[in-house]
Amino acid sequence: MTAVPTRTAAAPAATSRTSPARPRRQRGHWLFLLPFLVPFTLFTVVPVGYAAYQSLFRTQRVGGTFGHTTSVFAGLHQYREVLSDPDFTRSVGRVLLFGIVQIPVMLLFALVLALLLDSTVARLKRFFRVAYFVPYGIPGVIAALMWGFLYDPRLSPVVDVLHKVGAHPDFLGSGSILWSMANVVTWTYTGYNMLIIYAALQAIPADIYEAARMDGATGAAIAWRIKVPIVRPALVLTGVFSIIGTLQLFTEPQVFRSISTSVTSTYTPNLAAYSLAAGDDYSEAAAMSVTLALATFILSFGFLKLSSRKAQA
Amino acid sequence: MSILTDTAGAHPARPAADGRARGPRDNRAAVVMATVFLVLAAVYMLLPVFWLLVSATKSQGDLVDSFGFWFSGFHLGENLKALFTREDGVYLHWLLNSLLYAGLGAAVGTLLSSMAGYALAKYTFRGRELVFSVILGGVLLPATALALPLFLMFAKLDATNTFWSVFLPSIVSPFGVYLSRIFAASSVPDEVIEAARIDGAGEMRTFFTIALRLMSPAMVTIFLFQFVVIWNNFLLPLVMLQDERLYPVTLGLFTWQSQVSRDPQLQILTVTGSLVSVVPIVIAFLALQRYWRAGLSAGAVKS
Repeated sequence: MTAVPTRTAAAPAATSRTSPARPRRQRGHWLFLLPFLVPFTLFTVVPVGYAAYQSLFRTQRVGGTFGHTTSVFAGLHQYREVLSDPDFTRSVGRVLLFGIVQIPVMLLFALVLALLLDSTVARLKRFFRVAYFVPYGIPGVIAALMWGFLYDPRLSPVVDVLHKVGAHPDFLGSGSILWSMANVVTWTYTGYNMLIIYAALQAIPADIYEAARMDGATGAAIAWRIKVPIVRPALVLTGVFSIIGTLQLFTEPQVFRSISTSVTSTYTPNLAAYSLAAGDDYSEAAAMSVTLALATFILSFGFLKLSSRKAQA
Repeated sequence: MSILTDTAGAHPARPAADGRARGPRDNRAAVVMATVFLVLAAVYMLLPVFWLLVSATKSQGDLVDSFGFWFSGFHLGENLKALFTREDGVYLHWLLNSLLYAGLGAAVGTLLSSMAGYALAKYTFRGRELVFSVILGGVLLPATALALPLFLMFAKLDATNTFWSVFLPSIVSPFGVYLSRIFAASSVPDEVIEAARIDGAGEMRTFFTIALRLMSPAMVTIFLFQFVVIWNNFLLPLVMLQDERLYPVTLGLFTWQSQVSRDPQLQILTVTGSLVSVVPIVIAFLALQRYWRAGLSAGAVKS
């Protein structure tokens, strides 16, 4: 992700030095940038700033239960509340567990599919590529609704079939529902991640393999020793997007709340923040959102730094 | 450059990986094993969609009683009629709202992203890398993380529960700027811009008559990415909107599903409505596949 912009940055710098300086040219860029930067500032920078500001206040009721509320400055009080809230820490632990298991499984699945579709042993590649990409076209809410029906013991043909062979799964129980959600996420995003990896594989020039083949390397050896290291950047990219998505998990638990009692209103950090805002506790909701945004930013940025340092070593 | 050739529809020449020239080492067992694995994966990916297709043709009774992976009676016509007439045709409203939020939002957003990406690729100015870094930071800040802060801000301005509260935040796509900077750098030659300037064209005119045309395949890619992001956005409309008439289709179907315990008939309508909302987007998706691959490779290829 960082390599491409630096490469593109070099070209315009070189030409502007060779052509005569024109004052008009030095001003034009803001005409192009401002139409984006104004809404970007208003709807990305300002809301985050406003949420950070609001998180420093606390609402107090004046004059008993029926009195009006006012907000008073409370410093980092809300952040202490958030971090010492056991429901919140449990929800963070839950999405971390989810991510540690689901992200590697999904990315390994996507990698194997991409390697197979890039190999010489696969047939009907076009069909499979299309088939795997279909779930990504289905909105998260619809995917969750659909899988919800497939998990529901009263409706599900999957449960019917499993009953016939003597298994009695409980997809919506408190012990298994997290993994039922992991399945929905895996189903939705495996094909998308596969295509990112596949695109990187397709960009490898074929003559790289020739030498390996001459030396007698098998297809599998070429895949693991040559292809996988080359598509590392693609794996890092899919990893970052997956980390962001996992920490922000919201749609699946929110949809599953209506079909299972195992999903509480604080099941994931995002759901907890949403529940607070729905209960009019804006200050704590703001503090939670800011905490979560910061954590997401630090984790994904840290992952990027860590993996780029490893690549250089 | 590979981005350019990809968007133009030309497939990279890779005979060794295209399956035409197979190595002598591909033994039968490997082919069988690979095929079995690929088929199983395809079944996993497509079976839920097949279930949706089958279920939308059933009556509410059969949805519960009959085997889910096969047809039982054909009630698709009745279901569609019930779907579009329920609550004075609110479902059609939802569909049109989704089209408006995602279609118009992505169109405006793509234009803004292209202009910004073009400026970042083709102009040299102080603070350029800083501006770009801040925008890239926006890529790492997902829409769901912004929804609640946006709600708090719009609530302060008394502007929630409006079309604009969902539409305006949707037009901002930092990822689009990132992509269009790459595309502009590779598809708009400096010589062409210079020539336009020498001919006396203004900066805006150069962009709209020349650069935009050269960037148009890339813009389709950016449009598609943003369209899907807005179409899928759930948290933002959920926190912003109370008026059902403003809902996008995803939020509408979600509310129906959560009312099933009160009105069981809504179950089959949710199923049918899901199918109807998914069919156009899946078709568009498959038809425009090469643009997706172009966008994906731009993000993933490092050379």
